[in-house]
Amino acid sequence: MDQLLFNSGFPILSVLIFLPLAGAVALLFLNSEQACRIFTLVVSGAVALLSLFVLADFDTATARFQLVEHHRWIEAFNINYTIGVDGISILLLLLTTLIMPFCVLASWTYITSRVKIFMICLLVMETAMIGVFVALDFVLFYILWEAMLIPMYLLIAIWGGPRKIYASVKFFLYTLAGSILLLVAIIWLYATNNYSFFIPEMMWQDYPFSAQVLVFLAFFLAFAIKVPMFPFHTWLPAAHVEAPTAGSVILASILLKMGTYGFLRFALPITPEATIVLAPYVLWLSIAGIIYGGFTALAQQDMKKLIAYSSVGHMGFVTLGIFVLNVRGVEGAILQMVNHGITTGALFLCVGMIYERTHSRELLSATGVGKYMPVFITFLAFFSLSSFGFPGTNSFVGEFMIIAGAFQFDTALQRFPTLALASIPGAVLAAAYMLRMLQKIIWGGTNNPDQSWINDLNLREIVVLTPFLFFVLWIGLGPQPFIDLMHCSVDHLLQQFEAHQNHAIAAAGALIR
Amino acid sequence: MDAPANDYRLLFALLIPLIGTLGVMLKGDRENVREAISSISSILLLLVVVSMVAEVRQGKRLIFHMFSLLPGVSVTLRADAMSMIFALVASSLWTIAVFYSMGYMRGLKEHAQTRFNACFALAIFGAIGVAFSDNLFTMYLFYELVSICTYPLVAHHQDDEGYHGARKYLVYLTATAKAFLLPAMILIYVLTGTLDFAATITGGIFPKDANSTLVIMLYIFCLFGFAKNGVMPFHHWLPGAMVAPTPVSALLHAVAVVKVGVFCTTRVMLYVFGTETMGALNLGIPTAYFVGFTVVAASIIALSKDNLKSRLAYSTVSQLSYIILGVALLTEPAIQGGLIHIVNHAFSKITLFFCAGAIYVATHKKYISEMEGLGRTMPFTFGAFAIASLSMIGAPPVAGFITKWNLLVGSVEAHQFGILLLLIASTMLNAAYFAPITYKAFFGKRPATEPYTGIKEAPLAMLVPILIACLISVIIGIFPQFMMHFVKVVTG
Repeated sequence: MDQLLFNSGFPILSVLIFLPLAGAVALLFLNSEQACRIFTLVVSGAVALLSLFVLADFDTATARFQLVEHHRWIEAFNINYTIGVDGISILLLLLTTLIMPFCVLASWTYITSRVKIFMICLLVMETAMIGVFVALDFVLFYILWEAMLIPMYLLIAIWGGPRKIYASVKFFLYTLAGSILLLVAIIWLYATNNYSFFIPEMMWQDYPFSAQVLVFLAFFLAFAIKVPMFPFHTWLPAAHVEAPTAGSVILASILLKMGTYGFLRFALPITPEATIVLAPYVLWLSIAGIIYGGFTALAQQDMKKLIAYSSVGHMGFVTLGIFVLNVRGVEGAILQMVNHGITTGALFLCVGMIYERTHSRELLSATGVGKYMPVFITFLAFFSLSSFGFPGTNSFVGEFMIIAGAFQFDTALQRFPTLALASIPGAVLAAAYMLRMLQKIIWGGTNNPDQSWINDLNLREIVVLTPFLFFVLWIGLGPQPFIDLMHCSVDHLLQQFEAHQNHAIAAAGALIR
Repeated sequence: MDAPANDYRLLFALLIPLIGTLGVMLKGDRENVREAISSISSILLLLVVVSMVAEVRQGKRLIFHMFSLLPGVSVTLRADAMSMIFALVASSLWTIAVFYSMGYMRGLKEHAQTRFNACFALAIFGAIGVAFSDNLFTMYLFYELVSICTYPLVAHHQDDEGYHGARKYLVYLTATAKAFLLPAMILIYVLTGTLDFAATITGGIFPKDANSTLVIMLYIFCLFGFAKNGVMPFHHWLPGAMVAPTPVSALLHAVAVVKVGVFCTTRVMLYVFGTETMGALNLGIPTAYFVGFTVVAASIIALSKDNLKSRLAYSTVSQLSYIILGVALLTEPAIQGGLIHIVNHAFSKITLFFCAGAIYVATHKKYISEMEGLGRTMPFTFGAFAIASLSMIGAPPVAGFITKWNLLVGSVEAHQFGILLLLIASTMLNAAYFAPITYKAFFGKRPATEPYTGIKEAPLAMLVPILIACLISVIIGIFPQFMMHFVKVVTG
């Protein structure tokens, strides 16, 4: 248990997990819709503020799990309630807690029916998402991982668009299919590790190579669907298009990160040798996703679909960064997860704001609103620029580090930088589809529909978007504090990797022979 | 190396156009206040830039550090001799262009003048940022900013032609930057651990044992990545951008935007690769011949253009490559000749574009064939045009002669007779497409159907800037020492 730093004081992580759940229960007793909205805002706001204490207590000088809480839970199967954070999860935890109040605000007038149930779904979602990022017991993780599906399914199926049933069922089936093999892998690991579900103990064990490959493949399927990696992405555009704004934001900003988080937390430390051997395939799949996502986004007429496909491309960059297996790449990938959460979340909020006015997600019906919504397009311009990695914005830093990691991967192999250069068309395409969208919305053409009746943003909407803009510029111009948070853990992860490098090469050689 | 103290004048120089932009946007409904803000910002900027001249002339480097992103990647401003060349040109011509565009935009009663003025100031913000950038990242940031914020200027008329030109503009500039510059910058960072420019033009920043194949690849990426430099085959955006109002073509597409491209290219050639690396890898002479093709080909295309602005645009494409050609020859006079052409071309070409705009405002004529005999009606405009075109041809005593002289000496010193012939051929081509315009305007026969009744000289707000710019072209041709001093500091 030397990887753990126990939390002797206030059980802050447990409070973060259970406060939204308690709020959801309390909501049952509220009747007025407005009271439900305000109460949910207060609860999610309180969680956001409390999560800052985690940041205050977090020690950036260690790679160990911190603020750990450990309680016995189901002794018969040695299942425990163990939670903690490290440099890999803390940024994602904060992203989750800080984004939720804005999801509530964005649904203020958007959701008009069954407000109470909607807010309950949001709070249950929050509990599950926070739990996934801090769980250190595999059963706890798995339960929360699956628990997320239900409120998300409801968000799409009840408050979604015309094809909501198709989209929500597709979302549910895809993710469920992925997690079944995950469960098998968990049980195998449980049996091999003296019947323990404790995650840190499963890491860096010398499992036989063939077993590692099978476990890795099980992990891969579950996480690749969640990311989603090409070609497992088809559920995403459907879900995004039909989901209400808050659902899209949660989906894009947080749920997608669970896949890449899973790779970092489980696949890399538990199956290091399989990871090294199979990494090239994952890398080229990432490149395929980057380019495929870019081209598909370029062809979209539906703004939500456009952003959904752009997510496929952006998350391709994240998996690229993870599997180049060097510090720059992995740090860039974690930073890019946060960046994508901020930028894409904000873009979905922007599209939601247009939708509330025009009741259409079609790009053509939003052409030329720039003239009448100057405040809106200022925000939209910043987020679009950020989305394609404009220098000075957050995504640029992430992309820069990831591509630098890819170049380093190539030079370490003493070869022409094929991998890094292969990802560049993705960056070009990103500029193309984002600028196309921006041009259409701001300017349009010579025969725009009459948009003069449209109102610019109101105060609530400005309040929602401003913090996103603040982080876009902060991470864009001063990313060092964010990198410092993760540096120790990433460094530790990759040092362990180096130790397994020779093993892997030998094992792969044996396999080939 | 201990970090020098921050010099706040650099920050002011950067912020003045930005604050000017915000001021213009806020006071957009009041024409006179708005334009007062533009002109005051431009004058203030010029004063701040001039205030740094004395120290930089002594070879000092002023630094202002803004943000640190990663180790070796920061937003930092520097003023050295090379940046002053461009900063002085951009800021002084902004002052002149502000007055000119007031006359032009009001004369034609253009729409959306607030947006126009705001984007104009923002483009200058970007250009000043490029001039004063201390590293590749800062340069890339402002380079991209210029691409984005000039889009509204090119698309200004909001008709099909405007949108088409603007789309081409943005596609060429952002695609090349993303496709070539981005990977080049990142790979340079991976190879060297820094993006800061070297202190002098000799050494560059690459370690001696760097993989030469990669360095050559990076060099090619940088040459094409800064597509604002108009080197063929990525030059199409420039003629396309001529749909913009003439002040834009004048300041941005003869000075600010295109010079951003050339400045970036030469800055990277000299301060990232360095003359030693370029010499060792034999990159210089092939580059000179490569851009030499652009010099000649663009001149030949210019011959065939009847639209005055198109002819000027192709002339710009051709002249920009002179600058790169000079630097690529790597001999001292050639580098000096190339860099000084940033100044010489700017003043002369802006005069030519100003004249084209003045002719358009006074007569609504765009085509050279329609201008026969017009010089006798508009003697000042065409007089200035004639003098500035002499500069483009490279005839003494106008500024362009200084360039040509240095380039010819430089090519002889480099023993490149091919380049020498190329320069002579291009001079003849320059004469071939400029001289007939002046000749026809003054000595051509007025068409019988159009007696030019009611046509007068352009308004004073336009004529005065034209004459000032023209006068400066002559002065820096007769007294080149002031600007040459900076160039000499660059080459050491």
